Amino acid sequence: MKKYILVRALYSVVTLWLLVTLIFALVRLTGDPVAMKAEAGADPAYVAQLRHSWGLDQPLPRQYAGFVGRLLRGDFGHSFEKSLPVRDIYFERLPNSLKLGFAAFVISLALGVPFGMLSALKVNSVWDNAGKMIALLGLSMPGFFVGLVLIIVFGIELGWLPVLGKGSSTFVWSAPSTWATFWFSDWGHLVMPAFALGWYFSGAMLRITRSGMLDVLGSDYIKLVRLKGVPEAVVVAKHALKNSMIPVLTFAGLNLLIMVNVSIVIEVIFNWPGVGQLLYDALSNRDFPMVQGVVLMSGLLIVLLNFAIDVLYGCVDPRIRLSR
Amino acid sequence: MATIPIGTDRTVAAVRAARRGYRVLQNLPLIPLLILGALTAMAVLAPVVAPHSKLDPVKPTREQCLAKFNFPDCPYVDNAPPFWARGGTLDTPLGTDSLGRDVLSRLMHGARISLIVALTGTLFAGAIGTVLGVLAGYMGRWWDEIIMRITDAWLTLPSLVFAILLSSVREPGLWNVVLILALVFWSRYSRAVRGEVLTLRERDFVKLAEINGIGKPTIIRRHLIPNVMNTVMVLFSLQVGVAVIIEASLSFLGFGVPPPEPSWGLMMAQERESLMEGRWWLEVFPGICITMLVLSANMLGDWLRVRLDPQLRNR
Repeated sequence: MKKYILVRALYSVVTLWLLVTLIFALVRLTGDPVAMKAEAGADPAYVAQLRHSWGLDQPLPRQYAGFVGRLLRGDFGHSFEKSLPVRDIYFERLPNSLKLGFAAFVISLALGVPFGMLSALKVNSVWDNAGKMIALLGLSMPGFFVGLVLIIVFGIELGWLPVLGKGSSTFVWSAPSTWATFWFSDWGHLVMPAFALGWYFSGAMLRITRSGMLDVLGSDYIKLVRLKGVPEAVVVAKHALKNSMIPVLTFAGLNLLIMVNVSIVIEVIFNWPGVGQLLYDALSNRDFPMVQGVVLMSGLLIVLLNFAIDVLYGCVDPRIRLSR
Repeated sequence: MATIPIGTDRTVAAVRAARRGYRVLQNLPLIPLLILGALTAMAVLAPVVAPHSKLDPVKPTREQCLAKFNFPDCPYVDNAPPFWARGGTLDTPLGTDSLGRDVLSRLMHGARISLIVALTGTLFAGAIGTVLGVLAGYMGRWWDEIIMRITDAWLTLPSLVFAILLSSVREPGLWNVVLILALVFWSRYSRAVRGEVLTLRERDFVKLAEINGIGKPTIIRRHLIPNVMNTVMVLFSLQVGVAVIIEASLSFLGFGVPPPEPSWGLMMAQERESLMEGRWWLEVFPGICITMLVLSANMLGDWLRVRLDPQLRNR
């Protein structure tokens, strides 16, 4: 077990290093952030000063060394617009994104898992076909379209739900009293963005639940349980469901990754002050250090999350930790 | 009498061919093919079929100006509703946008942008990813380690975040989006192709070719690449849908195809104020177009996947 965790940790470090190097190289090879910030015909002195303050005038090896060195010290750069460390801004926004992400996750589970089970239990029935259609639609309707339709119907025509923002409750890291109230208030603001975000994943959840369930239902031990005369409901609820949830939970880890991805557009539509909107604002302001910093932070969190999932797997399933 | 058997033979053959053709038709996924065909036709023929210009406002008639502004002469009529609603005309069947441009014509030209960007972007990504995947799988050792570690690192970044990072250092433009899609998506292919090559490498025909002294480049070209094409095609058709959504999202956020070009995502972004004033059609029509395109691409991809991999038939 120790060796397994060590190997996984080593892999994570390598991935992280490659990621940092990739971001460093891509940003400098595919374009020029200074040219994006300064309009054409800008004062050359201003351009030179910008280049200097972003450290882009130094030779590449020195830039790279400085870049990695600062990252190792936990310095993800300073926002150009707000002149605050990127890390602080990122962590201030993160709870909002997590709240949205968890709500979307719950919605996708609540929609995807029951329908997926239903279509696996009644293969090629009307339910199955309906489930397939829902899954396809879920994967094909872009989140921002779902969000806009929700705004049209529930926000404007019916006027039931607030259209913009996250409500008044905020999460403050230094004030523990806000921690609980943040999670359990302003749900009216949460419903529409969470549904728009969760919609896409419910389709994927449905597919994974269905195929996982089919796999398990065809396995020998289920046949044995059935031969023993156990009622079908117990077979499904007690024996099949538990094992068919393994791929669903694997997917849940990946989900958080993709949610960051889709949530940018959703957060912009609903004016939800999360990490996605932070990235959007930074890019609109051409605040290059901020964009780079937020992307680096996201990459770091994702690699850490993947490492955690790997370790959890090793704990749960001995076959995995012995294979490497 | 000698002609009759030939004739019946011919009719029998014709009937058989017709039956075979019918069976092929029956097995084809008709709905996605029809939607894709219609959208492609729209894209190719847009300059000919589109009733109005994609960039200039529609010249209104005297009656329209009178109805809208109570004045006989006006440069354009903005925010006209679709033809079935009050105040709509068949001249602009899906209405006009806030600058008086015909929505239908812009949608048609938008199909062009979506298809060009998604297809070429995925094609480049597929080419890069396939070559790297085959190299990693067949050359093994260091090639494998280096390529796959880079692929893994590449896969950790969410694609839209990645795309936004790239668009922060490059001027917006159509070919820029293509480049971004190619740079973002190649890793999906190399991972799948490498797995495929790992099993192909052990197959007899590859071993025989090696024993016969055929060089590695030839084996890759003649034996490996043709055999991974099935996987690549399935991935391609599934990725096209994702690419359409990424392009639409980038354009929606304002980092994709720059205005005034009529990209579907951009059309939706530009009319967000109209939405608050109840002009829903300006949002819904482009949204439906995106959904239809992605839906048909996904359905085709699913169909291909099942066709090319019998193990997946009941999934």
